This record gives sequence, structure tokens and C-alpha cells, in this order.
Amino acid sequence: MSDNLLSIKNVTKDFNGNRVLKDINLDIKKGEIHALIGENGAGKSTLMNILFGMPVILSTGGYQGSIEIEDEEVKFSTPHEAMDHGIGMVHQEFMLIPGFTITENIKINREITNPNVISRIFGKQYEWLNMKRMNNDARRALDIMGMGIEEYTEVAGLPVGHMQFIEIAREIDKTGIKLLVFDEPTAVLTESETQNLLAAIEKLASQGIAIIFISHRLEEVMQISHRFTILRDGEHVITKNTKESNVYEIAELMVGRKVSIERLDSGKREISDDIVLSIKNLEVKMPGEEVKGFNLEVKKGEIIGIGGLAGQGKLGIANGIMGVYPARGEVIFEGIPLKLNNPKESIRAGLGFLSEDRKGVGLLLDESIELNTVFTAMQTKNEFLHNFGFFSIMNSHSIRNHTLKMIKDLDIRCTSSLQHTGNLSGGNQQKVCMARALTQNPKLLLVSEPTRGIDVGAKKLILDLLKKLNEEQGMTIVMTSSELAELRSISDRIVIVCNGKVEGILSPDASSADFGLMMSGTRADSQLGGA
Amino acid sequence: MTEQNVVKEKDLKDSFLAKAIKTIGLPTLIIAAFFLLVILTAAFLKQSLPILFSDILRRFGMNGLLVLAMVPAIKSGTGPNFALPLGIICGLLAWTIGIEMGFIGLKLVLLVSLMAIVFAIILGYLYGKLLNAVKGAEMTIATYTGFSTVALMALVWLMAPFKSKQMGWMMGEGLRETIKLDGVEAAQIFNNFLSFKVFGINIPTGLLLVFFAFCFLVWLFFRTKIGIAITAGGSNPEFAAASGIDIDKNRIIANILSTILGALGIILYSQSYGFFQLYSGPLMMAFPAVAGVLIGGATASKANISHVIIGTFLFQGLLTASMPVANQLFEGTDLSEIMRVILQNGIILYALTQVKGGGKE
Repeated sequence: MSDNLLSIKNVTKDFNGNRVLKDINLDIKKGEIHALIGENGAGKSTLMNILFGMPVILSTGGYQGSIEIEDEEVKFSTPHEAMDHGIGMVHQEFMLIPGFTITENIKINREITNPNVISRIFGKQYEWLNMKRMNNDARRALDIMGMGIEEYTEVAGLPVGHMQFIEIAREIDKTGIKLLVFDEPTAVLTESETQNLLAAIEKLASQGIAIIFISHRLEEVMQISHRFTILRDGEHVITKNTKESNVYEIAELMVGRKVSIERLDSGKREISDDIVLSIKNLEVKMPGEEVKGFNLEVKKGEIIGIGGLAGQGKLGIANGIMGVYPARGEVIFEGIPLKLNNPKESIRAGLGFLSEDRKGVGLLLDESIELNTVFTAMQTKNEFLHNFGFFSIMNSHSIRNHTLKMIKDLDIRCTSSLQHTGNLSGGNQQKVCMARALTQNPKLLLVSEPTRGIDVGAKKLILDLLKKLNEEQGMTIVMTSSELAELRSISDRIVIVCNGKVEGILSPDASSADFGLMMSGTRADSQLGGA
Repeated sequence: MTEQNVVKEKDLKDSFLAKAIKTIGLPTLIIAAFFLLVILTAAFLKQSLPILFSDILRRFGMNGLLVLAMVPAIKSGTGPNFALPLGIICGLLAWTIGIEMGFIGLKLVLLVSLMAIVFAIILGYLYGKLLNAVKGAEMTIATYTGFSTVALMALVWLMAPFKSKQMGWMMGEGLRETIKLDGVEAAQIFNNFLSFKVFGINIPTGLLLVFFAFCFLVWLFFRTKIGIAITAGGSNPEFAAASGIDIDKNRIIANILSTILGALGIILYSQSYGFFQLYSGPLMMAFPAVAGVLIGGATASKANISHVIIGTFLFQGLLTASMPVANQLFEGTDLSEIMRVILQNGIILYALTQVKGGGKE
């Protein structure tokens, strides 16, 4: 008999042969706050989905290994079963009904009811609500977290922080709750709200509820967790007592790759000191990737990497400059201020863009490689056209020749230049996107997530291609990527974005710990006295 | 060994059939097979094939432009133009005004066409504006735009101060329901141009020339810079927007073009018929046109000139040929008419079930 509330033993999960979790072991004691740490895609969500019996796990072939709650093996096939066993989850997005009161939101679908005449005939669905008892329950749950707010207040219009608490109150009101999972609970909270929340979490733990705390913010992890577990690329890296570790170590373990990073410097490159692109106070309203005042100066001929965790705004930067999402601020390209929110102007000024949303923004999937390649250049620069005064017709001959040249130069594997891009593999689609960008003859290339969804072999090809462009044509490249290793392999400088702003700029040879700390927005100096 | 060969042959056949279905499309294949069957039945029943083929060619030519009107709308991403009556009304209004002004013959037809184009530009512009305001529900909105405009125009036909004896009732106010064109020397004016006979089949040269000329023009249009931009905007709006394309403007242009083709389409249609119908005449005319282009292999988001030509030929051909066949097979009953209604609407229904959710999200 162990004192573990939850034991996850040798859990392994494949998605179509792609192993996302390998032999994960995790045990959590009663009243313990256990932090689960890892980059995006490290496997945290998959692990939680398994724990909750989410249908997506079952429908993709289930998992191997076992999960035990209080020494009893369980295998949940629906989230409902997990709830019955006392597992609760506080969601990142609030699942609250704005027009209902706090009590109603806490008690939804678990209402306390009194029978009446009609309900005796037609069943339980028609019983009266016992508002008094419901209010009392809600009050109790709110008090546990030290929330003074009246339980009969409507949820609509409450500050975000309060909504988070109501969400938690709903979970702790469920009788027999044993384990609560917090998924990035502080992401949307202000500093004082965060402190309140952390205090509430500690209070819950002191009452014997086990907590799994998922967060990128290492300071919070240090502050409240008793132990932590780090996942990286689906593997269990370490489980350790928080007291015996420090932020620096956690950051290094979170980001560090075993594989050494290859940098192939040929030394032929010229980076002048001229600033080619200067971004001042850029704000971009891109849902989920908001940029809130970004500043950067890019030198002619360099490769700049932009990294950071998902949702911190790194993807918004290129989209904002290219006018895909509404932007504000000042962007000066080659000394001339760029008219924002106007894709045509950005393209004409000499900016090329490879979107992270390849199939959405990047390609016409139902059209030929030819049209995909020349479309933007034709529309913005009037190339590949026969001109007849007031109208112009596409020049099939020059389009064919140019596309064939691109297919050869970029080594696009296709049956013919008329093949629809929807039938190409991810890597080749990316090359078509690149062909389109290069056809515009850009002076600067903005590249977002160039290797997302592309297999390993093709990844290298794409990166080599970018490097070659930079070396041979002196193309300035701004590459945004979630994969740090990729950024470190070709960039000259790496900008880490956190909360929509520049957190810092690192050299590619900086230590993994530096990257990890910066990405999680943790001030290294405050923890370690200047790292 | 022989068994192995048989298996291989079967595989080959399967893949051939699968390939045909994939490239030509199942509805097109089924309708084509059915069309052939009806033609064979007609031959078997010893009906006059030259007359049948003459009819098929004539109906093909006269409906062609109306079906062609679907192409710009579909390509721009607004889906099949269910508001085709809008364009048709432009054509009809132009007819009535032209006749009222006392023109006849070729002069009349050219003037009417010119006027129809002007009306269509105005109405098409407003209609395009409307579609931009209701993105995501274009097809439904289009259908009712067509319906309500037809109803509104019924009032105009009744109350407009037309005086021409060609168009008024014998007594009372308002325009007649059916207005003949032979009185103004405009009936079959294109059909008869350079027409000739081969094997007894009457070839309406002028009619077909006009149709094919417009097919060529529309094909050419979609190879121009603006045409390509329209296609891209319909195929993937985000992609086009990122390349700096003004999608809303392009949707308006495409729908103006579609309305113009509808207006010219009804002019070509009615000169071949020999008369045109006002009031509720245009009410249902969008449906055979939509069905036609879809049967040709188009979808709600993708259409080509080849779809128009193939679809119009198969659909109109089938309708034309099935009528005399049914008449002879089930003589003395109303069955031929019932058959015709079932066939036409069945085909439309089938084609419409192929329309998937507006073609864009």
C-alpha cells in the first residue's frame, strides 16, 4: 500500500505510428502540488487527455501502460468516468455561461432539487431547484478560495480572474474531488490575481487534494510546487523535489536537446551594419498570437530567428508586417516607412512571406503549381502577362518556363507543373510556397514555421535552402519557429518573444538554460543573480 | 495462370472505371449513360433522329449562355448564381423597351442587347454588394433575391406605360404574358444565320456561333489578371487577401458579369423560341441552368467552360430526347409530361444535393 493517490505507470501512446509518449511514470501523493513542465508538443496535453479518458485517445487506438487511483487500476473511456473517480480539471478557456449567476454556473447539471407534483408524474427533470442549498454550497466553495464575492452575482462582466476562480469553485464543489488539474491557469491573469490563485491552490492542497499544475512560468512552479516532472518530446526527463532544484536547471532540462546542434558556417557571408528593417512598437491583433509592442532591428544579410512559446505572439509579427492581420506601429523597410494593413504594399516594397498556415494562407490547393508560383508576382508586379492596353492576359509560355525553372532549382517533386498543390507532400508544398515568395524577387524573406508538419528529411532540405538563399543571394531572412533547434541551426541572432514583446536576444550558442528561462519569461537575474 | 490474367484484367477495368469516375464525375457519367439510352430507345422506336438532333442542338444553343452565367459566380466563390432571374429581367426589360421604341430585326436585337448590358451592370453591382453583406449564405439569399425581383417586376409589367400594340393586351392596361418576336422580325434571327442541313439535321449556325463566342470570351476573361485574381479569391480567400487582392470588389465584378450573361442569355433564348414570357416566366429559370453546369462536372466552388458545354448538352439533350420517347411509349396518357417534370426536377435535385455548403467557410 503506497501513499500515492495517482500512479501513472509506463504509459505509452502512439498517434498513427508516431510515438508521442514513451514510458511515462508519474505518481502523485495526496495534498501534493506536482508541476508538469514541458515545451509545446512535449506530451503534456496527451498525458492529461489519457488521464481524463478523452474520446480522442480511445478513437486513436488507446494507450499502453496503466493508471492507478488509490492503488486501484482504472481505465477511463469517457471524461465522465474520470469525474466520478474524483478527477477534476480547470480549463484554460472558461466554460461559463455569462447570463447565469455564480451559483448557477457552479451547480450546472448537478443542481439540488426538491420534488413537486409535476415531477412525480413526469420525472426528476421537472423538480424545483433548491436555491438555498445550492447557494450555501457555492458559498462554501467560494470561501475555500477566500473569495468575498456574492454567490448570486451574474458571471457576465466579472473580471477574468474571478471567472477562473468560479471555474475552480465548480470543481471543488464536486463531492469527493481528489485530484485537480490546472492547465496554464495563470496565463490570462494579472499579477495580483495570480498570487490569489496560487494561494488558493495551496489552500486546496493543504486540505488533501492533489494538484497537477501545468505552467510555463517557472517562477510559479518554484513558488508553489512540491515536486515537478519534466516531459520533453514525449519522454519523461526527470521528477525531482522542487526544493532541490532551481529555475536554471529546470529551464535547461525543459529545452535541452541531446542531439548537438549543427551549424554549417561557410564563412562567406556578409552581414553589413546597415539596418534593412526596423520595427518599432508593433502591435498586431492576431487571435491567439497577439503582438503587444514589438521592437527589432534587422541588419542586411543576416538571418534572424524569432522564437518563443505558442500563444506568446511570435507568429503575429510576420503576419502583421505582411498585412494579413490588423497591425499598428512603425515598420521601416530600407529607410521607407511601410504602409501597414496593406498586403500589396508590403509585397511591392520587397517583402516575401512564407505563412505558417501553409494550406490556408500559403497555397491554392485546387490550382496548379504554375498558378501558385506566379500568382502573387502577377497580381502585384504585373509580371507574366501579355499587355493589351486596358486588359492583360496571362503569358502561359513565360509562366511555364519560370515554374519549370523553380521546380528544378528547388527540387520540387511533382508529376508536372500543372499538378494541383493539394496533391503534393508537405515538404513539396512548402517548396511551392517558397517558389512563390522567390518569384516576387523579395529583398527580405519572412518565414514562419517553415518545417511545421514536414518530415525530418524534408526539414533539412528547407533549412538548407534558406541558408543557401542567404549565402548566395545575400537574402535577409527573418525566421519564426517553435523549434528552437531549428532556429539555432541557421540564425545569427535569436529573438525570444514572450507576452507579445521581445524578452531578449540570444546568440545561437547561448546555453539551453538561457533559452528556457527566456521563453518562460523568467528573469534569470532575479533568481540567480545575473546568469 | 489464366486465372491470374483474369484478375489482372479485372483490376485494370476497375481502375479504369474509377479513373473515369474521378476525372469525369459520377453524375456526368450517369446522365450521359441515360442520355445514350434514351437516344437508342428513340432509334429503336423508329423516331426521326435528324429532327431529334436538330431539336437537341437548338436547345443546347439557346440555353448555353444562361448556363455560362454560372461560371463567373461560381469561380468568384459566391456559388452558383441562383439569382439568374435578375439578369433575365434585365434582358426582358430591354426587349420591351426596344420593341416599344419601334425597332425591328437585327437593329432591335443589337439595341436590346446593349440596353440589357447596361441594366445588368447596374443590377449586378447592387446584387454583388448584397452578396458581400451576406457571406456564407449566398445561395439562399440569391434564390430569394431572384424570386422577389420577379414578383416586383410583375407590377412593373402591369403598370409601366407601354403603348406598343405588339405587347399590350387586346383591351385594358399592361403587357401581355407572352410576347411574340416574329412581329418584330427578331424570331430565330441568330438561329437562321448561316444555318444549313447535314443528314437532315438542322444546324443553327448563328446561335451556336454566338454561344461559343461567349464561351471563348469568358475563357479569355479568366486568363486575364483580374480573372485569375477572381478565381484565386473564390478558391482560397485568405490566400488571395495575403497577396493584396480586393476580394469583395472581385466578387462584385464576377456577379456583374454573371448578370450580363444572364441578360444576354435570355435574349438569345427568346429569339430562338420566337417569343418571351413576362410575369412569372423567369421565376424558375435559374434551376435548369444551375443543374446544367453541375451535371457538366462543376461544383459549388469550381466551374469551367467545359462543364458548361458538356452539362448543357447532356441536360438539354436528355430533356429534349426523353419527351417524344415517353410520348410514344406511354401513348394517350399525360405520362410524358409527368416524366418530363420528374426527369427535370430529379436532375436538379440530384445536382443540388451535390452542392456542398457554399464552397467556402
